[in-house]
Amino acid sequence: MADLAITTPSGTAPAHDEHATTTGLPNTKLAMWVFLASECMLFGALISTYVLYRGASDVGPYPEDVFDIPYTSVSSFVLLASSLTMVLALASAQKRDVSRMRLWLLATALLGLTFVGGQVYEFTTFYDEGLSISTNLFGTTFYVLTGFHGVHVTVGILMLLSLVGFSAADRLPDDAAFPVEMVGLYWHFVDIVWIIIFTVVYLIPTPAPAPV
Amino acid sequence: MSETETRFQEELGTRDMPDPREAQAPHHEHPSAKEYIRIGVILAVLTALEVATYYVDVGGALVPTLIVLSIIKFALVVMWFMHLRFDSLTYARFFVMGLAGAATLYLIVLISFGVFLVE
Repeated sequence: MADLAITTPSGTAPAHDEHATTTGLPNTKLAMWVFLASECMLFGALISTYVLYRGASDVGPYPEDVFDIPYTSVSSFVLLASSLTMVLALASAQKRDVSRMRLWLLATALLGLTFVGGQVYEFTTFYDEGLSISTNLFGTTFYVLTGFHGVHVTVGILMLLSLVGFSAADRLPDDAAFPVEMVGLYWHFVDIVWIIIFTVVYLIPTPAPAPV
Repeated sequence: MSETETRFQEELGTRDMPDPREAQAPHHEHPSAKEYIRIGVILAVLTALEVATYYVDVGGALVPTLIVLSIIKFALVVMWFMHLRFDSLTYARFFVMGLAGAATLYLIVLISFGVFLVE
């Protein structure tokens, strides 16, 4: 049985991502999609909480007092652009154009850093305007939701920089498309979560607070 | 078929299964860089439309418009950038399960908050 476990049906030794599986699909990729499905639940819970407590704050500052839509719109464009550079990195990896792949990965990481930097600036500004995580329900739900998203972006940046580092150290497999695709899946997921957050949190107007 | 191959498939009971390397390959080729850029431009235009609703008064159509635009953006990224349009349906099923789980969770929270209670 031992020799069977390391042999594909064609009788050749399996490549790095080419193990025979009962589904016929790579386990790593399947695991990534299962992980992303579980992340849907996590962000679903956080977004649900934000929506349920919309307009329920007794005291300000309220969203309309602190939000700067033009500023956040630029951040959204930056994150969307990073998704584009990510797929361009994958396209380069599939063509085995390593130098261009590294360039696009670095561009993606830089755009991600710009987004996170913008979020840190936004949080600092909001705090200076009197909105902390314990000020009101809006502060609590807003910081937890966008903070979790920011942490995910940061983890994505670390993954991207690791890929660039591994590539520079020649520690990626000859066909680097598979690891790039895995990191890309995570990165795009972070992007689609922001698509929802941008609409639900920033663009849909909050109901007026109930009179005290 | 070699003896090792036969033993392997008998062991797993996968006589009818395709060669994993074939099954693992995408059903279609991934899009080209040009197609990715085209999708990126569409996403940028849709985001610009979303932002425009902040400045232009669209009345009661605001929330439905924003929701539809974000669903289109979401679908474009998932189908093209995450390749669900081209990859195995199994991945899509797992992802949809996660989305359905999130929607169920939201429903449960709504119920526990008494949103559907008639006074």
